[in-house]
Amino acid sequence: MRQTDVVIIGGGPAGLAAAVRLWEKGVRDILILEREHFLGGILRQCIHDGFGLTRFGETLSGPEYAGRFIDQVLEMGIPYLTDITVIDISADRKVTASSRDGILEIQAKAVALTMGCRERTRGAIGIPGQRPAGIYTAGVAQSYINLQNKMVGREAVILGSGDIGMIMARRMTLEGAHVQAVFEVQPYASGLPRNIEQCLNDYGIPLYLSHTVTDIKGAERLEAVVVSQVDECMQPVLGTEREYCCDTLILSVGLIPENELSLAAGVELDSRSKGAVVDENHQTSVSGIFAAGNVLQVHDLVDFVSMEAESLADSVVRYLEEGRLATCMLAVKTDANVTHAIPQKISGGEDFKLSLRVRRPVKNAFIRLSQNGNIILEKKMPKAIPAEMIQIPVKARKLNKESDLEVSVVW
Amino acid sequence: MVREYTCIMCPLGCGLRTETRQGERGEEILVTGNTCPKGKEYAVQELTDPQRNIATSVLVSGGELPLASVRLTHAIPKDRIFDVMGEIRKRKLTAPVKAKEIVIENVLGLGSDVIATKDIGKI
Repeated sequence: MRQTDVVIIGGGPAGLAAAVRLWEKGVRDILILEREHFLGGILRQCIHDGFGLTRFGETLSGPEYAGRFIDQVLEMGIPYLTDITVIDISADRKVTASSRDGILEIQAKAVALTMGCRERTRGAIGIPGQRPAGIYTAGVAQSYINLQNKMVGREAVILGSGDIGMIMARRMTLEGAHVQAVFEVQPYASGLPRNIEQCLNDYGIPLYLSHTVTDIKGAERLEAVVVSQVDECMQPVLGTEREYCCDTLILSVGLIPENELSLAAGVELDSRSKGAVVDENHQTSVSGIFAAGNVLQVHDLVDFVSMEAESLADSVVRYLEEGRLATCMLAVKTDANVTHAIPQKISGGEDFKLSLRVRRPVKNAFIRLSQNGNIILEKKMPKAIPAEMIQIPVKARKLNKESDLEVSVVW
Repeated sequence: MVREYTCIMCPLGCGLRTETRQGERGEEILVTGNTCPKGKEYAVQELTDPQRNIATSVLVSGGELPLASVRLTHAIPKDRIFDVMGEIRKRKLTAPVKAKEIVIENVLGLGSDVIATKDIGKI
């Protein structure tokens, strides 16, 4: 069996950034395994700009952002394989992958989980009605239009105000389709304000909040969707149904970390983030298996995906040097106003970066961190929205090593 | 005159407010709500001459993929977006294509180049 220091599962923005950082820190025995034919992950189809402002100080398109890391991987000569799918990871870090050349088995000292996330589908949200063609998740439509030169439709309705849905509303409009409206079941948008502005408002596409699709019509191809208003409990209100004739329905209804392989390795998952439970070193509940990027928590900015993966790489270097990393004993607990927080475990003796999302939009609030009733720090938030991940650096000198960390939103 | 905008310069998406009034040196634009200088710049630009960058694709023959992604080097007036899309649609490339390669120079005389953002290898 092949022996490798670090196996990186996935050659997207997280995997590439982790590989480059490991190489820079002197780790040479690395192998990136990528399922697709090209490195770059989802960025290959994200041809719009707006990436890289934090990481590179300039705004780039997705392919350019990925290109910066791919160029480094090639220059450094970091080993990678494409067209290869990892089918199993064991708790003792044996990685099994399948390709046209057969089965590859690798015993790794450390495994970096950087598989990214998946889109929620029609089945996941249970839209009733017929099952015609013409219903796509936003990312699938994006792949057809931006990679395969296949137009998905002419008369579109979008369900869900996620960023990719709004970006596809603009993209389809530029390609000559008519996008009638975006409907969002929540009373607030789930994507970023700038995308509402530059993808919807710029093109006169209306956004209806507290609305959802309640019926789908069409035998072969989609012919119409029925949209209803929803009440405070997100239940459709009878009598508010409106029919929209369309041949295409784009779904932008959320992303879920892709953790089938993590489960196979026995990694404990967090029901809130849908990703692994990790400590301040990005180490999962299985020693030597680390996670970062969208497989850990769905990010809104790729810059933070790369930076999280670079931080993972720093921990992997220490793990390789020291043979193991000490178990972190303190839990990070959140109140009902926080959707999730990463990491879930800390030692109290190291600096770390806390990532979290608020459950609903709040104004003039504080994110409060406390241990045993003592306030460690408070971050003032003039405006906090679920669409935007909040990151707070926490200094070890402010922490004690005895009490769990409590995270709350107060206003 | 007071107008409100959502800044698109970064993910913060600040709510911007511009107030135009007659000052001692002619018309003055007062911007509030911005967190950084880019926001102020954007608000003034948006009020006087709104501009956008666009990203799309160009057909490629003989490549490992049928399309090369492209974008503009500089923002163009918002009301010229569909004119520029029309120009880009006319263009066809032959593989190999290199990222940063100029696809159309000074498109429609607007002072912005259309550049490739992806390498497309030859098959």
